[in-house]
Amino acid sequence: MRLFILFAALLALSACGSGQVWGWYVIDPRTAQGWTNVRFLISGMGATILLSVLAAAISMSVGLIVALPGLSDRRGWRLVNRVYVEFIRSIPLLPMLFWVFYGLPIIFRSFGLNIPIDAFWGAVITLAISDSAFTAEIYRAGIQSIARGQSEAAQTIGLNYWQTMRHVILPQALRRILPPLANQFIYIVKMSAFASVIGMQELTRRANELVVTEYRPLEIYSLLIVEYLVLVLIISFFVRWLERRMGSDERAA
Amino acid sequence: MTEPAIEMIGVDKFFGDFQVLKGIDLTVQRGEKVVICGPSGSGKSTVVRCINRLESHQAGTIRLNGETVTDSGAIRSDVGMVFQQFNLFPHLTVLENLTLGPIKALGLSRKEAEIRARKYLERVRIPEQADKKPSHLSGGQQQRVAIARSLCMEPQLMLFDEPTSALDPEMISEVLDVMTELALDGMTMVVVTHEMGFARKVADQMVFMDAGEIVESGTPAAFFDAPKSERCRLFLSQILKH
Repeated sequence: MRLFILFAALLALSACGSGQVWGWYVIDPRTAQGWTNVRFLISGMGATILLSVLAAAISMSVGLIVALPGLSDRRGWRLVNRVYVEFIRSIPLLPMLFWVFYGLPIIFRSFGLNIPIDAFWGAVITLAISDSAFTAEIYRAGIQSIARGQSEAAQTIGLNYWQTMRHVILPQALRRILPPLANQFIYIVKMSAFASVIGMQELTRRANELVVTEYRPLEIYSLLIVEYLVLVLIISFFVRWLERRMGSDERAA
Repeated sequence: MTEPAIEMIGVDKFFGDFQVLKGIDLTVQRGEKVVICGPSGSGKSTVVRCINRLESHQAGTIRLNGETVTDSGAIRSDVGMVFQQFNLFPHLTVLENLTLGPIKALGLSRKEAEIRARKYLERVRIPEQADKKPSHLSGGQQQRVAIARSLCMEPQLMLFDEPTSALDPEMISEVLDVMTELALDGMTMVVVTHEMGFARKVADQMVFMDAGEIVESGTPAAFFDAPKSERCRLFLSQILKH
């Protein structure tokens, strides 16, 4: 913490001290041009948030669906889980983004389907699928951490598989995996910056565009980093609140 | 003619290559109380787990009320089960633990289920704990909640897998008292336990198992006073010594 304050102070010092290195005028909200620039940069926030939330929601749903066969007693089902996880998580995000954005429409067309994939949906699909391999493993670990006796007890009072999952296993597992799931969500927010390379107008893309016209990469990318920092801190606070509400911060009895 | 509650004929069970049950023959009449004892690893828990299909068997036949159970069949909700580790649902209150099965599996309304749950909480003598989480109860109370949870399904048959083995000594009797009352009410019971005082008082039939086989069975009087096999004599002398 102290180190962080020192670092921030140094940055601030260098900002006032050497005018040749820093030129904060470019994003100074007190000037008309600076204010316009700041608004331009921040206007990417909505897209970044929407993209991240959608991708995380899909990833968490797909992840659960993929995790369940991984917990089966049957080898075939477990194989389905393994193949999905190993295959998807070995694909780097950027190549996958290119493949989905440029390649997938060609496959659709070959089936006679005219489904255009714009930058937004291309990014959502890529982030969601790529991340789902990781959330699947988190779910699997979380569900496996619930003692077998819980599902046995549920079965002896007549609950079927889905009822056991819904009412007994998942409520307990979710409480435990909330911290790693939050990690994944933060990861998605940061990885959403890759959507800028296929032209999606989110935070990073806005920064890149402004850098090209203003030639002040240091200040603009500094502000960009702060924007992500603020986003991630808000998520962190929200997750802590959720943890307290769900009792994730309690030690198991 | 009434069918026996449980009929096991020549039941074999393997874990991999290891044979845990070897030709188990066991008949339990309706209303009968059977106590199974034996050294650890003798297969006694596996017998009760096979009866309610928590484990599958590889050979032989198991019939419940004359009906042959199969691997594909669902675990029967009319067979109650009480575990050594209680296995209460820690995220639910006591009342919710009790109403979950009746609501989801039996289709009772929440109100009906709660009336039933309170009735059985009364019966295990902890009605005042209904709104607490299991972790706030003592071990003995938790096990009584577990018994009440089983009773809420109104089973025809209750299985107990070492119900007092995880309890502190001073809590054992409160659980055994509840089980004794249940026995006096006529419930069919199969109990795996080393509580020989309880066995002597309640059991109609004693079963001694060792190394996956039923070595000896009989009435408590014959079993305790004149065990036929050497292994059983040795076992009884070890657990009755203190």
